[in-house]
Amino acid sequence: MMEIKPYNPRDWKSHPPYMFKAYGSSVKRGPLKRLVPIQQTLSEITGPLFSDVRLEPGENDLTRSANAGMEAMGERLIVVGRVLDENDRPIPNTLIEIWQANAAGRYRHAVDQHNAPLDPNFIGAGRCVTNDKGEYRYLTIRPGAYPWLNHANAWRPAHIHLSLFGPSFVTRLVTQLFFPGDPLIPLDPILNSIPSKRARQRLIASYAHDATEPEFALGYRFDIVLRGRQATPFEAAGK
Amino acid sequence: MKQTPSQTVGPFYAIGLTRATMNILVSDATQGQRIRIEGQVFDGDGQTVPDAMVEIWQANAYGRYNHPDDKQEKPLDPSFMGWGRSGTDKTGLFSFETVKPGSVPGPDESAQAPHINVTVFARGMLVHAYTRIYFTDEMANKTDPVLNSIKNKERRQTLMAARQEKNGKTVYRFDIRLQGENETVFFDM
Repeated sequence: MMEIKPYNPRDWKSHPPYMFKAYGSSVKRGPLKRLVPIQQTLSEITGPLFSDVRLEPGENDLTRSANAGMEAMGERLIVVGRVLDENDRPIPNTLIEIWQANAAGRYRHAVDQHNAPLDPNFIGAGRCVTNDKGEYRYLTIRPGAYPWLNHANAWRPAHIHLSLFGPSFVTRLVTQLFFPGDPLIPLDPILNSIPSKRARQRLIASYAHDATEPEFALGYRFDIVLRGRQATPFEAAGK
Repeated sequence: MKQTPSQTVGPFYAIGLTRATMNILVSDATQGQRIRIEGQVFDGDGQTVPDAMVEIWQANAYGRYNHPDDKQEKPLDPSFMGWGRSGTDKTGLFSFETVKPGSVPGPDESAQAPHINVTVFARGMLVHAYTRIYFTDEMANKTDPVLNSIKNKERRQTLMAARQEKNGKTVYRFDIRLQGENETVFFDM
């Protein structure tokens, strides 16, 4: 017999629903039928660990990754934080993928038709890995707000996209980091799809003076919490 | 500590997430039967979704996951990690080059039929969706505990990838319907 120690369920008070009418694209794309519950097995408690992935030096610096010796335009930011589970345990050696718009609010992507300048020295993609205490750090520029077509005069608040795996198939998370004091936050249907104000607050980074580097860049802190494991294991067939 | 909320990948995820070779899980050294998985993602109007992203996670040909929590006494394949990612193209098409996974254990002494674990992301999806690919030509499907837990038998069909032979290659077709009458079975896990 093999022991299966399952992960906590998704916390649907923290996550958005699949369908949120104010976010137009969800209306035809969010699944509507009742989800079928699965008892977690080896298929769910395992997942890709990327322990063989070797990051190139500088992958965690989005400000200088486009052209050798050249730096992106915009306000430099240092983003630090910890990746934890619900039991407050750090998640070490876990991959974080990062993407964002440039300082003018434009993505380097063919679909982005916003009439704002591209920055030849900014790609807008990076990666980092947490250390053995679950801590991560990357350097970027503050992304600009940008218009979208969801409703009249719709603007996305400045945000950074983040993708994480954690230790299993069920700990996967893709989310967005927002900035404190952004006047667009109350108007954003994507952020406001999250059902509670307290949960929405968890996507707003905080200014971190201890991470700010003199004569260089402001620091922001953004901790990320992935699903944790339940205390009691159950037995599964194995061997 | 509370879970950090999910948000959509949005339309521009390719900048940060998809690179050309991420949908190829195999090398010449990988052990097992080579298969190609391909399919399209459809929305509730039956329109193809050109900005979806599909990830897969699977056991190797022996039925072992490349992960420390899989303590089965089956061989690991050093040439197979078991994870892949594919964006969809203009026609909503995604594809993977992989091997047929072996059977892995399920709850209460049961065996699960060979399957591939799938995560679906898209602009418009605020939370990713979990599903599974099963193979129409596997007898073990009849006794698979997860398939049997889906009460509506017709809906089980949405998880079945049909085998085709194309240019000498084995291809399994797996379409994903985010909504509608034939909405793919998605799991809460």
